[in-house]
Amino acid sequence: MNEWINNLRPILSSEVFLLMLCLGSFLLGVLIYKKTNISLLQPLLITMVIIIPFLKITGIEYKTFYENTRILNFMLGPSVVALGYVLYDQVGHLKGNLFSILTAVLVGGIVGIGTVVIVAELLGANHSLVASLAPKSVTTPIAMNLAEKHGGVSSLTAIFVVVCGMFGGLVGPIILRKIGVKSKIAKGLAMGSSAHALGTARAMEMGALEGAISGLAIGLMGIMTALLIPFAEKLLF
Amino acid sequence: MIKGLFFILLFYFLGEMLSLLIGGFMPGSVLGMILLFLSLFFKLLKPEYVKDAATVITKNMAVFFVPAGVGLMAYYDILSKNLVAIVAAISISTILTIIAVALVQERFEKRRMKGEKTDE
Repeated sequence: MNEWINNLRPILSSEVFLLMLCLGSFLLGVLIYKKTNISLLQPLLITMVIIIPFLKITGIEYKTFYENTRILNFMLGPSVVALGYVLYDQVGHLKGNLFSILTAVLVGGIVGIGTVVIVAELLGANHSLVASLAPKSVTTPIAMNLAEKHGGVSSLTAIFVVVCGMFGGLVGPIILRKIGVKSKIAKGLAMGSSAHALGTARAMEMGALEGAISGLAIGLMGIMTALLIPFAEKLLF
Repeated sequence: MIKGLFFILLFYFLGEMLSLLIGGFMPGSVLGMILLFLSLFFKLLKPEYVKDAATVITKNMAVFFVPAGVGLMAYYDILSKNLVAIVAAISISTILTIIAVALVQERFEKRRMKGEKTDE
């Protein structure tokens, strides 16, 4: 068995195979998610549950995997840019809501950064871990940038961003239902500002307006977080 | 589709340039999003050019998180040592953020609707 794997490793760690594995696992994830309708079974989570054991068993290092699937990671940038179109498409719904949207995201930013920093510190996290956690609610490229600037570890932040996004995407719709939020704008805004692109993916399932507002919230939360973290660092770190 | 991808990359690039100019204060992707939105809004760019590509990319955003998500395995030690702090901080903060944002926005909308009714 081991020799088998050793012989196959060059092809198993090739770009074509790993990319195929990523897309294939994700497709399977989508299929399972749609068939079971269990929100815990997010496609991304299923993909991770398939790929991490695969890499462990075949002895392929994460670094190799990351380098050979870099194109997917790169696409995070263009996908944020593309939200500009979604926003344009839905701009009519923003009329008269600009002030409330900015206020809501600002409050969300203060609550989000404040609580993550305080809870982590109370539970004994050190400075670099706290700085890596602080920008968790914003999309990866922004979060990594901010973490590094304030003494965090950017690759840890990338993970926190994913975990936060999956968690927010998972519980977001449930919480919004529980507290009885009806407004589509409020729903989209809450999903995007708490769970960035992964929250937006769930918001898109709710509807086009929720998705577009959620996309807008990614950008706004990015800006607010960049503005708020320096203050948070002075007050709380 | 190629045209759409080209324009998205072009705006990403412009965003990165702008980001450099302002000393990296805001990431290029967010600036690119704002620039793309403004160009469409002020009719400098036809929406048809980017529609297909933008729709495909934004409908499938979660797949782009796979490489970062699999990164969990590389930091297993640090993560498991601080597991309680990390999980508690992320979940509490995320839940409170969702509630805060949704309630503030909905409060505003309700107040505005009441205001419109009394105007009549």
